[in-house]
Amino acid sequence: MPTDFPERRRRLLFVAAALVVMVAALPLFVRDVYVQNILVLTLMYAALSQSWNILSGYCGQISLGHALYFGLGAYTSTILFTKFGVLPWFGMLGGGILSALIALALGYPCFRLRGHYFVIATIVIAETAYLLFLNWDWAGAALGINMRVRGDSWVTFQFARSKLPYFYFALGLAALTWLVTWALEESKWGYWWRAVKDNPEAAESLGVVVFHSKMAAAAVSAFFTAIGGSFYAQFVSYIDPDSVMSFHFSLLMALPAVLGGIGTLWGPALGAAILIPLTELTRSYVGGSGKGIDLIVYGALVMIIALARPEGLISLFAPRRRARVGK
Amino acid sequence: MLTVETIVQSLASGLLMGLLYGLIAVGLALIFGLMDVVNFAHGEFLMAAMYATFGCVVFLALDPVFAAPLVAAALFALGAVVYLGVVSFAMRAKTNVGMVQIFATFGLAILMRGLAQWLFTPDYRSIPTSWLANKTVPVFGVFLPLPQLAGALVAIAAFGGLYLVIRRTDFGRALEATREDAGAVALVGINRNRIFALGWGLGAALVGLAGAIMATFFYIYPDVGASFALIAYVTVALGGFGSVFGAFAGGILIGLVEATTAMIMPPALKSVGIYAVYLGVVFLRPRGLFGSI
Repeated sequence: MPTDFPERRRRLLFVAAALVVMVAALPLFVRDVYVQNILVLTLMYAALSQSWNILSGYCGQISLGHALYFGLGAYTSTILFTKFGVLPWFGMLGGGILSALIALALGYPCFRLRGHYFVIATIVIAETAYLLFLNWDWAGAALGINMRVRGDSWVTFQFARSKLPYFYFALGLAALTWLVTWALEESKWGYWWRAVKDNPEAAESLGVVVFHSKMAAAAVSAFFTAIGGSFYAQFVSYIDPDSVMSFHFSLLMALPAVLGGIGTLWGPALGAAILIPLTELTRSYVGGSGKGIDLIVYGALVMIIALARPEGLISLFAPRRRARVGK
Repeated sequence: MLTVETIVQSLASGLLMGLLYGLIAVGLALIFGLMDVVNFAHGEFLMAAMYATFGCVVFLALDPVFAAPLVAAALFALGAVVYLGVVSFAMRAKTNVGMVQIFATFGLAILMRGLAQWLFTPDYRSIPTSWLANKTVPVFGVFLPLPQLAGALVAIAAFGGLYLVIRRTDFGRALEATREDAGAVALVGINRNRIFALGWGLGAALVGLAGAIMATFFYIYPDVGASFALIAYVTVALGGFGSVFGAFAGGILIGLVEATTAMIMPPALKSVGIYAVYLGVVFLRPRGLFGSI
């Protein structure tokens, strides 16, 4: 492409900033609480899916166990706040760091596994944690934990009357994860990750430290997923293992990136912007009947998009971006 | 209290359940070995088989024992149709092949769950009476539940039959040849697509047999496949992906581990033992017990 390289990067940044401003102005026009709720969830999944994308999209290590980090984030901040009075902001950071450390500890044995053996290991580890939390009485077991309510304030990050603070935080988180991906994409790490994804043996022979690349991707990915988990706990103010740690969440985090375009900068956000409103709307318009029509629509959609657009919907917008050899 | 009797008793039922896990998983292993595709709708195939058995009992007044061959035949058709209608398209993808297969079959799984909920409601069903139900058989002083015992025998018979099909028939040889080199078989006049479709049919028919047995002693509901699917994936991976007889061994191991875990930990945590054994095995042998490099 003839465009100067740094200029293309700067233009991406400009487009992102313009998008953030446009989205930030949305609440001026959207006053319906139900729609605002969907917007918050959409932004949250854009951030989560972007975090998942770092490990699974860029580095190619497909994780279907990210519910573990989401749940750890939610549980860390909620337990610290309700049991010890630690403000959620510190809990959020602590949960992020804890998740990153756990990702490193788990990565040590798991990153020797390849392909489906790795995918199943991620599912099995997250499922084990889910079962342990389900039976851990001190952490609320199956009943879960109700967030202690201290009135609306940014200090305790609790807002019962308005969804807007959550909306702006979720927007900030989505923008931050995008920015981190943007910065990493063309850094040394970004190149290493793609090399590891495309051909680990060749990468190793060229001096890429494959193991450390995977570990770095896992830590960054887990950190931001946990921040998302803490945010979700504040947003819904009640958590239990089913609502923050079930396998379902691992899939919900992966789907936007897969539909939008895995291993791309804009894929997760695009996927979330389409998938989450669609899910929420089908659920509330045809899901209430209990007849499973929402599942039929949703399943058919996932299947059709995966079959019709293997490179993700982002390919509709940039048909002539340089082709990358995927696995 | 743990006495020798209770230990033998639970290990015996663990063994029976393990054989059944092997039967549930073998179709997945067969399909993976044939074409490197993991069917994420495998649990939903099991669910479909259970509902089909339920239908045979309610509408045709057939005993599940006699319904089993019909259910297996129906699942054979379902497997072949899913291959031709979904998977063959997923295999044409040029980028993100693994991801496309995962999410195409996963979308199918959600679709099938939705269909089941739409057709049969989310209610829990069970088969009211069957020839097998609520009977136990004393074997060497151990009491074995008849449905599980029948399931174990069917599993052994199915594995024996599968061994004969793979080793002694032209179809089996074509299957093995396609598994070795899907490109080269075209040169000797084997229609790859046809073998793949038959392989999917056979894999689904095997899980159909398992479903017919499961229906006699387990509740039937739209999400029933999910819990067994994870066990099936772990079984297949434990045995080594693609190894049909690894799935057999993996199933037995998992049944025994589950029974042992249930003896020493709260029953709610019995799956934790299975997961721990899976992780332990793959950390030591990254290709499972019988997988080839």
